[in-house]
Amino acid sequence: MIAGAMLFAGASVAFAAANPAQQAVQEHYAALARAADPAFKDGDAKRGQTFFQGRHTGGKAETPSCTSCHSSDLKKTGQTRAGKEIAPMAASVNAKRYTDPAEVEKWFKRNCADVVGRECSPAEKSDVLAYLLNL
Amino acid sequence: MSMLPRRAALPLVAALLSISALASISVADGLKVAPVKDPVAAKECSACHMLYPPGLLPARSWQAMMGNLKNHFGDNADLDDATRKHITDYLVANAADTGGRGGTNSRDVSGGATPLRISEMPWFLRKHDKKGRIAPDTLKRRGAKSAADCKACHQGAEMGYFEDD
Repeated sequence: MIAGAMLFAGASVAFAAANPAQQAVQEHYAALARAADPAFKDGDAKRGQTFFQGRHTGGKAETPSCTSCHSSDLKKTGQTRAGKEIAPMAASVNAKRYTDPAEVEKWFKRNCADVVGRECSPAEKSDVLAYLLNL
Repeated sequence: MSMLPRRAALPLVAALLSISALASISVADGLKVAPVKDPVAAKECSACHMLYPPGLLPARSWQAMMGNLKNHFGDNADLDDATRKHITDYLVANAADTGGRGGTNSRDVSGGATPLRISEMPWFLRKHDKKGRIAPDTLKRRGAKSAADCKACHQGAEMGYFEDD
């Protein structure tokens, strides 16, 4: 236990389910958010949950929420509009997710455009990742 | 037999192929095109939907589609420039009127039309208009989300096998 606590002492926030590669992706967005707004401390799972589970305007009518395709239970599979299964989003049941920064950015870019009708900010991405890494 | 869903019927077919009554369900009676062999195209083009063989559309259709990934049938499917170019080059080189099928597939595309949907191609409509193969109740019975869901009836679609009913 002590060794575990020591291990995470250097990181600003430790996410229980996250491996080092996943933590690095989240921290990348947190650093960008801090650079844009010094008041931003770190990704917040609660804010991320509100964003991910909430309904948005500005995007497409068919996809007002992240949950439109991913479903609201993120430990289960979702479904694309074309009918293809989407692997669970929760890091605790899908360790392969959020390990490739380019892949994470690709999907934020696409899905933020479809759901909120604009790019997501680094703070929003950091929050959403904090949420998904904690699930 | 014909009342069984295709999923349930296929293993039986495999086991009973020597019986002449069932031999008509062979690939020789349907369409065969090359599957996607490029790993980048295979990964990116199957993330949201089934993997469509490039020989199902002419090159100009693939070019038009890959040039507007921000609105890909209503969804944003944007890619970085390098990946987009790689996949475009592959699709164009293996399209219906280039490497994919020796031109037989796109001969009915008239006068510079550039269909984006495979289900708008004249040969597709000609094949599927028969027996109401893509009629709403048929799609529903097969569990297909739309006429773009080839796999609901053609199990080998991603491998380029479109066997006849």
